[in-house]
Order: sequence, then C-alpha cells, then structure tokens
Amino acid sequence: MECILKVDGVSKQFGGLEILKDLSFHVNKGERIGIIGPNGAGKSTFFNLLTGDLAPSKGNVFYKDKDITTEPNYKRARRGIVRTFQKNNLLVPLTVLDNLLLVLQRKHGISRTWFKIRNQKQYETLYNEADELLQRWGLKHQRNVKVESLSYGEQRQIEIMLGVATNPDVLLLDEPTAGMSQSETNYIVQLLHELPKDLTLMIIEHDLEVIFGIAERMIVLYDKHILIDDSPDVVRKDPQVNQIYIGTEGAV
Amino acid sequence: MNNTYVKFIAVLVLIAAAPFFLPLFHINLLSEILILAIFALSLNVMMGYAGMVSLGHAAFFGTGAYAAGIMAQNASANMIFTLAGAVVLSLVLAGIVGLFCMKVSGFYFLMLTLAFSQMVYSFVYQANQWTGGSNGLSGIPSPVLFGFSFSNSVWVYYLIGLIFLLIFAGLRVLVKSPFGQILIGIRENETRLKSMGYNTSMYKYAAFIISGVIGGMSGALYTYFNGFIAPSDVYWTMSGTVLIMVLVGGAGTMTGPVLGAALIVLLETVVAAYTDMWMLILGSVFIIFVIFFPSGIHGILQDTLNKWQKPKLNPDVKSVKREQI
Ligand SMILES: Nc1ncnc2c1ncn2[C@@H]1O[C@H](COP(=O)(O)OP(=O)(O)O)[C@@H](O)[C@H]1O
Ligand SMILES: [Mg+2]
Repeated sequence: MECILKVDGVSKQFGGLEILKDLSFHVNKGERIGIIGPNGAGKSTFFNLLTGDLAPSKGNVFYKDKDITTEPNYKRARRGIVRTFQKNNLLVPLTVLDNLLLVLQRKHGISRTWFKIRNQKQYETLYNEADELLQRWGLKHQRNVKVESLSYGEQRQIEIMLGVATNPDVLLLDEPTAGMSQSETNYIVQLLHELPKDLTLMIIEHDLEVIFGIAERMIVLYDKHILIDDSPDVVRKDPQVNQIYIGTEGAV
Repeated sequence: MNNTYVKFIAVLVLIAAAPFFLPLFHINLLSEILILAIFALSLNVMMGYAGMVSLGHAAFFGTGAYAAGIMAQNASANMIFTLAGAVVLSLVLAGIVGLFCMKVSGFYFLMLTLAFSQMVYSFVYQANQWTGGSNGLSGIPSPVLFGFSFSNSVWVYYLIGLIFLLIFAGLRVLVKSPFGQILIGIRENETRLKSMGYNTSMYKYAAFIISGVIGGMSGALYTYFNGFIAPSDVYWTMSGTVLIMVLVGGAGTMTGPVLGAALIVLLETVVAAYTDMWMLILGSVFIIFVIFFPSGIHGILQDTLNKWQKPKLNPDVKSVKREQI
C-alpha cells in the first residue's frame, strides 16, 4: 500500500510544556483513521503539525516520501493536505457562495486574475461547480445568504464543505459534528461516507458512534503518546480506553 | 447595457459637462476632489479591501508629487516622462517598504507605515537642493503631452477627470476580480485563506504595491494641478486625512472613498472661510462617523436606497435564525 503521510519522532512543546512526545506512524492512501483522546490530549495540536499551522519542536513530517516539516501551511494545502477547524473558521460576513468560490477559484487556477470581474457569466464552470456542491451539501437555498446569519449547524456544514471542495488527498476533520444536532450529524456522516475511496481521512471526534461508523483504524492519544493504534474493535474493548476516555466521557 | 455602465457614463458626462456650467473656482475644486479621490481609492485597495490600515500613505502621494515636480523642473515637463517617473519611484518605494511592512500586521503595521512615511518626510525636508526643503517646490511647469501644454486649469481638469475615470474603472474590475475577492478574504479571515492554499503574504504585498503606485500617480496629478508642492503634503497629517476620507466615505467600497474625498475637500473649503480650526472640525466629523455611521456615507446612501426601494422585510428573520442554535 502507498504511504501518503509519515510522522517520524515528532514532539511538540508550548513553552516548557510538552504536549506530544516522540510520535511516529504511517498513514496509507485511502485510510480512514479516527483519533480520540481526552480533552487537551493534543489532538488538534497534532493536526496543526500535519498541516503546518504549527512547527514541531522535534521530528519530521513526510508527505509521499517528501520531507515537508518546514513547509508553510498554504503550500501543504496546495499539495492536498486540507483541514477543517474545531471552531468554525469561516468568512462570516460573506455569502455561502463567496466562501465556496474562494476555495474553488484556486483549484481553477484563476486566483491571480485581476482584470476580469468574477461573475457567473465570466466563470461559468466555476459557478456550476459551486452550485453542484451546494446542492450536494443541502445548502442550495442558502447560497446567497451571509454565513453569519446561518445557524450554527449550517455553519459547521460549510466548514466541512470548504474542506471537501478542494478535492484533497488528505482530509483532516477536527471534531466535525461538534455542537450539531442528531439529524445534522447523521447528514454529515452520510456525506462523509460518500467521499471518494482514495481520499485519506483523519477524523478527530468525540462522538464515538460517529467515529466507529467511519474509521477502520483508530489512534488513541493519551499522556503525550499514541496509546493504541489498532482496529476500532480493539479500541472498543480496551479496558484502559474504557477507563480513561469513555469513562470520563460518559457511556457510549 | 446594465446599470453600472449607465452610471459610469452618467458620471463621465457630468465630468465632461461641468466646465460649461460651473465657474472656474468650482472646476478647480472638482479637480482637487478628483485627485484626492484617486488618492483615497488607492489607500482603499490595501485598507478597505485587504484590511491593512496604513498611517503612512502620504509617503506615496509625496513621492509621486515630488518626482513629477523635480523632473518637470530639471529635465522635461513631458507628462509621459513625469508620470512614468512618479510611478516608477513610488513602485520602488512600495516594493521596499512593503517587504518590511508585510512582516507585521495590525497595530505594528500601522506604526511601521507611519515610521517609513516620516522618514520620507524628513528626507524631503533635508534634501533641499532638490525639494526646496521647507519652502517646497514652486513654479513647476505645466505638463506637456504631444506638444500640447496643459496651462489652462480647465484642460488640467479634463486630464484629471480622464485619469480618474480610468483608475476608477480599473480598480472596480480589480476589486471584483478573483484577485480582489482574495483580498477581501484576507481581510475577513487570513487564517482560513492560508488553509485554502493561498500565499496571503504575496497577495498583501501586491495590494500594498498597487496602493502605493496609484497613490504616487495621484501625487503627480496634484503637481500638475497645483504647480506647487509643500513638504506638508508628505506629512503624517496628510496620511491621516486620506485615512479619514476612506473611513468617512466607506472603506471597502468603490464609491465611498470618492464621496469621502468630496465631503472633506468641500468641508475644508467652506470651513476655511470662517475659522482656522480645521483640524478640530475634521476630528469631530471623523468621531461622528465612527460612532454613528461606521459604514460611512456609502452606508448611509445604501440604507436610504434600500428603504425606498423595497418595503421593510420582516426584521426578525435574522434573529430567529441565530436563536435556533
Ligand atoms: N498555540 C498554543 N499555545 C500554547 N498552548 C497550546 C496551544 N495550542 C494548544 N495548546 C495546549 O496544548 C494542549 C493540547 O491542546 P489541543 O491540541 O487543542 O487538545 P485537544 O484537541 O486534544 O483537545 C492543551 O493543554 C492546550 O492548552
Ligand atoms: Mg481539539
């Protein structure tokens, strides 16, 4: 199997505080990996190291055998390592469509065009793609509404849609269903199942039902380390996980 | 033909017709408004669209003005030559200053632009064999284009009007282009834009340079119009004034800076006849707008138009949505 992402001896400290210590593992192309761990275990920090939003204190990150440890986040995003944020991080005064077009226009290679007004007539394929995505994500009726006037759940949906819209190679979802209602969660889970099979997905999630439904491999972060890296079944049955994670989170 | 073209042609006709029914004093006032409107539009690119608030934009105005003035006095008053000189010099200045300023943002960006512009000011003040020091440059020859000398203020007005229309149309396309939309995106959420794969520093740098170059052009036009430049045109109060024009008119809109420039120039002309407390009044206007009309004259006009055009929509729609969370 083709290794798409490799983390080699990565540590992260904030000031003197060590959050992650000597993490190493491989991700194969097309894998669906769930990441769990108690609050503050460093799950989001770990994503930040993969996307280049933060630099590791030690160790290296490889993408398709290329060392990308020092590459800035926007370059990694162009390579296809794309994330969504734990807290909605959108352009709230803009419309849903404008948020989406910003993502799509880079893909269409027109971002440096400054001598042509961006509208439906000039850029038909761009707008068509946006409309298709809005349709698929059930947001068509909100196309021209400002993001700030949408419900939290809808904003969350847009957060994830913007990640998917780039056709990434590796998609990192940071608690995608946090704060969503049950029906919204179901809807998102269904859309995640429809993602292309060769897309590599890493998903941090507190909703264990969601994560066991998607992941085929689980990573449990605990006390700066990878406690378990195994199949969902193993994680489900692990007594330590039940104690430290599930136990503190309430019943599954 | 759509609405935009109609409006544009209406403005073009108005600008063209003004000398036929306005006295010379008013034409000169219009020239000044249009020059400062270009200056405000230039600041608006980086400030209103890309969200980089500068307190040093007079450096570019002054660079353009002095470049055109010094070249006209010492070499040739050919307008292509002097305008090109103003553009190249402000391009170089923006290119260098931008490299430093892109390293910081927010308050530090503001202070750094201020510091650089005060350096330009003190240079202008010191280099008196070129710039005339504290006396400024006077008796600058009128610009010449293809053997035609713009010695009459109505011709200068037409020249300024033409360049204003070209720059306005160009910038309007720019801010609505994919590139312009990225600037807006950076203003609203730079982190997200980076995650989308945009090298935001590069776009900000480009915006800074566009602002600087057009700012330099407005300075050159000012030299053509006035035949005189004073070091106060490079002073930080000039940067403050243009910042106020943009904010009072409506930052991040195309008509806002033009309206802001018009308001401030007209106000100054009227007020100067009665009192010399201009700065006090300018400050008060600014405070009133910041507190009561934060979206500027453009915002006021927009609201009024909206009220006229459609009956009031259900005002609760928005708040209901929010509460669904
Ligand atoms: N930029 C930062 N600076 C300092 N401390 C941070 C920063 N980001 C995260 N931390 C700390 O690192 C720890 C792990 O945070 P995080 O990765 O968000 O955990 P998780 O996502 O697993 O809940 C927390 O204690 C948090 O306070
Ligand atoms: Mg987190």
